Order: sequence, then C-alpha cells, then structure tokens
Amino acid sequence: MTLEAKTYEAEISEESRRLVRELPVEKLTWMLQKMCETRYFEEKAEELYTLGLVHGTMHLSIGMEASPVGSIAALEPNDLIIHHHRGHGHTIAKGADITLIMAEFLGKEPGYCRGRGGSMHIADIPGGNLGATGVVGSGMPTAVGVALALQMLKSNQVLLCFFGDGAANTGEFHESINMASIWKLPVVFVCDNNQYGMSMHFRRAMNIERVAIRATAYGISGETVDGNDVIAVYHAVKKAVDRARGGLGPSIVENLTYRWRGHSKSDRNLYRTQEEIEQWKKRCPIMRFKRLLIETGIMSEEQVDAIDKAAKVTIDRATEDALKMPEPSPEHLEDEVYAP
Amino acid sequence: MNGGVNREITYLEAIREALTQEMRRDPNVFLIGEDIGVYGGAFGVTWGMLEEFGPERIRETPISEAAIAGAATGAALMGMRPIMEIMFMDFVTIAMNQLVNQAAKIRFMFGGKASIPLVCRTPAGSGTGAAAQHSQCLEQWFVHVPGIKVVAPSTPADAKGLLVASIRDNNPVMFVEHKLLYRTKGPVPEELYTIPLGTADVKREGKHLTIVAYSVMVPRALEAAQQLASEGIEAEVVDPRTLKPLDKQTIIRSVCKTGRVLIVHEAPVTGGFGGELAAVIAESEAFDYLEAPIRRVCGRDVPIPYNRTLERAAVPQVEDIVVAARRLVREGK
Repeated sequence: MTLEAKTYEAEISEESRRLVRELPVEKLTWMLQKMCETRYFEEKAEELYTLGLVHGTMHLSIGMEASPVGSIAALEPNDLIIHHHRGHGHTIAKGADITLIMAEFLGKEPGYCRGRGGSMHIADIPGGNLGATGVVGSGMPTAVGVALALQMLKSNQVLLCFFGDGAANTGEFHESINMASIWKLPVVFVCDNNQYGMSMHFRRAMNIERVAIRATAYGISGETVDGNDVIAVYHAVKKAVDRARGGLGPSIVENLTYRWRGHSKSDRNLYRTQEEIEQWKKRCPIMRFKRLLIETGIMSEEQVDAIDKAAKVTIDRATEDALKMPEPSPEHLEDEVYAP
Repeated sequence: MNGGVNREITYLEAIREALTQEMRRDPNVFLIGEDIGVYGGAFGVTWGMLEEFGPERIRETPISEAAIAGAATGAALMGMRPIMEIMFMDFVTIAMNQLVNQAAKIRFMFGGKASIPLVCRTPAGSGTGAAAQHSQCLEQWFVHVPGIKVVAPSTPADAKGLLVASIRDNNPVMFVEHKLLYRTKGPVPEELYTIPLGTADVKREGKHLTIVAYSVMVPRALEAAQQLASEGIEAEVVDPRTLKPLDKQTIIRSVCKTGRVLIVHEAPVTGGFGGELAAVIAESEAFDYLEAPIRRVCGRDVPIPYNRTLERAAVPQVEDIVVAARRLVREGK
C-alpha cells in the first residue's frame, strides 16, 4: 500500500501471494509458529487472569499478531527491539523463553524480570529485547539513545522501536523521530496501529488518516501496510531495516491492525460496537496467513495444523512449569534499585 | 584533598576539566545537550571541548529535552556513559518522563539485569535575575525517586572529584551545579581523582552548632560562620555534597557534638530536602543531644522573582543564616 492508504482490504493481496513465495519455508514456519504462540499465550493469560492467578493487569494483543511477528521476522538475530505495554507478541517473536515470560506474568522469581516488572515490562536484554515501557510513547526517546549508541559504536545492528497509535500524539514521538532523522540513526519506528488509544479512536486523536504520513514532516520514509497481513508487514519492515542498516536513517512503518480485546482488564468496550469487533475478527491475521500458506501450496493443511498444535502444547507446558516456580522474597527488595 | 594544591581554578573550569579528562580516559563517555559545541553551553562549561573531541562526542541537539534524556538513557543502556546537559534545571521538567520513568526504573523493573550509567548535568539556582522559570532548585524531586543519585557540589575541588565519580557510577546521577558558583575559585588537583558519592565533608569545625548546607549555601554558611566566630559562636559547617546517597553518619556525629542544628538550602522550605535532613537527625541518636529545636533556613515558598531585592529576599542570604544561628545558640530556638 502507498501513503495514500487504500481502504483496508480483508482479502489477501496479490502482492502478498507473490511475495510469500520469496521467503524460505523455515521462515514462514517460524512466523506461523510465533503468531500461534502469541495467540495461545494471551488466551492462556486471560484464562489465568479469570482464575484469579494473576496479580496485575495485562494488555492483550489478540488480533494483532502479524504486526510484531512480521516486523521482527525482518531482523537479523542480533538486532534489537524496544516495545510497549502490549508487548507479549514482540517478546515471543524476539525469541524469549516462553516459560520465563509466563513466569514473569505470574510474578515469579525466575521470570525475566524476577517478578519486578510483570506483563508490562518484560525485557530480555541478552536476547536483544531491550524492554517494554508502560508509559505510552516513552520507549521512543530511549530508542534514539540505543540507536545513537549503535551508530557511535559502528555496529551493524538495527533497532525496531514499536509504538502505538496513541504514542503518535505524544511530544516524545516528535522529539524522537526528529532527532533520529537528523542523525540518520539505525532505527525503524514501527507503529502497531490497533486503532484505539484506550477508548479513543485514532481518527479522533489526529487530523490525518495515517500515522505514517507524518514521516514526510521528518524527511524520512513512511509506509502504511495491512497490519493483519504478516507478509506485507515483513516486506515493509524489511525495506526499512535495510535502509537503516545501510546508513540511510530511520523510517516509519505503520501496521494497521485491530485489538479484539479491551485495552486492559478495566475495559467495558463502551466505545465501539460488537459488530465492529466481529468484523475485524473475520480478518484474523493467523487465519489469513494459514489460508495464504495453504492456497499457495506452500504448506498442506496438516502441516499448518501441526504448527498450530505444537504452539498450543508449548504454551500449556510453559504455563505448567511457570506455575510451579518460586515467588520472589521481600528480603531482597532493595537489592536491584542501584547498580553496584 | 586540597592540602598542598597550589593551582586554583574556577568551579566551572573544574567541571570542564573533569569532563575533558574523563573523555580522554574513556571513549564511551560523551556529552549531549543544547548549544554545547561552538557556543560552549549557555554558561560556557563545555567551551573549547568541540575542538578536542569533535561533534560525535560533543553532540549538539535540537531543543528537545525529552529526547536528550531518552538518548542518554538509551545510550547508557547500551553501555555508553553519556553526560547530558539540561541548560537550566527548570527544564528537567520536560525531561522528567525519561529520567524518572525510564532511567530510574529500567534496572529495577527489568530485575537488575540492566544498568543506566548516565549523568545529567544541570545548573540550578537563583541570583542571576532570570526569574521564575530559569532559577529553580529542583534537586529534592530526584531525591524522592529510587534509582537516581543526586549530587550538589559546593567547591571546585568537590565538583571535579564528584563529577568524575558520577561519570564512573553505574546509575543515573543528577549532577546539580549552581550558576553563582561557576566563577568561584579554589584549589583543584590537576590529576584525575574521585570523591566517593555519599561522603559528606566538614567544611569548618565548630562546637556550638552544626550548619548543614549544600551547593551555594555552603559558601554562605562559611561566611556566616566567620561572622559568628567574631561574636564567640563557633559553627560547624557540614556539606553533605551528595543528597542521595546521604552520609547520615557525618551529619549525626556533628549534631551529637554541637547539640544544635541549622539546615540551610536555597530550594523552597516546604517539601525541601531540609525536611528529610531534619527527620534523619530526629530519628537518630543525635535526638538525645539536641539542646534546641532543629531549625531550617531555606527558600521561601514563592517562585523566584525578577527584581533584585525580591530575588534576594526569596532565598537565604548570609545575614539570614547569622541571625538564625545566633538565635539558636543564644536563645535556644
């Protein structure tokens, strides 16, 4: 899609049908696996929450899985990400151990943040996941610093900085993208546009049709893609990542998608209709990707099912293991406030 | 530290020397801020450094305090040692989210698996006629945030040693300079040295009362002490030098000795760091030694006014310290 942004298309585009053939089967398998793992992880998270086993809140990205998975698929293994409060998919796609993500969600000591961060702040620094921020937009200035360090250290790594449509209207968005653009930093700003900042639709929050249009104001590339089409996401982000790695500076890629669930546990869905939600459920990114793989003859139905089932088993096992893990002890509460 | 040191330089030059020597020593150290290159920073602290280190490491930014703080945070997360400059401490308000919600939290929130070794240098304080938005002392805000350290030097030698220690510290450090101190001179060793964060310094010994003061209030307290000495009152002046971590023992020991304490700072009294100091003293063994109430001479609860007379009246002057100290010793109140 171009900047002029066509009307959202539920159908799989001819372009994606063509582009999917350019990718190795291993990569496509990985993409489907990570999308399914994200979905099952979040359904499990919801279930655990309903059972009263989760202390804090959670922000589910069910229906948005193509955006983190397609974007991170465009990275090399040692590239980096910074993401946000709705970040289970990013963390899973960046290769984190699912048992340890679940352990963190449950507040356990062996969890990624030793139970100090929870669902909203998962980081896996050795895995290149520099963490999720819970203050909308605040990962963006930090991303400028990470990318600045990469440039100063003459690293070949690239950073993906994920943000939402809500973050696009913060002051930090402007300061960060401007600064990254003047220094041509190796960062791609990926907008998981799920259309709502809590209850406010993004078209009520800004006077333009697409976040990516703002790229023009910074003299950088901007593209809006069908964020429920993992292949379209992959290709748009890949182009941006290649530019960043090549010293051509940052870009904005906007993945237009939709969150099926509420903003968080407090959401009563008063700001949108059930019809709207149902309509978007028909555009499920996982179902579409499966159909694409089968229709193009890349995978059989059995192969696709096997990937799906394996993902479910992974989540079930991870949950079982995480539930048995120990809680942190308050006696060490202050240990990590300051570094030695 | 100062014994035997003949060379005298200004507080501003001491800061520049610390920056320069640390940048020569460690390639990961770099400066980031507004107008810090050719202009040399609003107060001239970084003047001439661009020539030696170039625009990569003397990195000038647009007027974007949030992004400056974010850039420092992110670079620190990657193992660099950024020193960000916020031109006036009043402008940290714009960088607050990155400093408080990102830099201060990342280590703890990620289970101790990351660290943010950044320094935020910023000049605070009134006395320049810059009025309400360019004169504030906001150090106490940061004292209240776990994960940040706060340093406020009063002499050139302290400024150099504490800045080097701050740069080498693996945590976010607010390094609060004072505009009126920039031109003050003192002996400073030429070589690199550190003053550990969390060590107070007794700037003058005395037996009748303890004056706890930091930043620009240290020279004012010392001047007051000199006047008081002429009337037979020997004031001990304790400079905590770092507000967090705080060297409680040196303060408590002094109050145990003198039995009276006057706390002096420029920031407004209500909610200021003086309240914390008073609580530290009251909760300690020094309580049993107190012969008079703990008193504070601090900034009044007003925005800093423009007019010279009003501006002076808004923050403690030497005579205010003298009057309060005399009353505390002579009248016990």
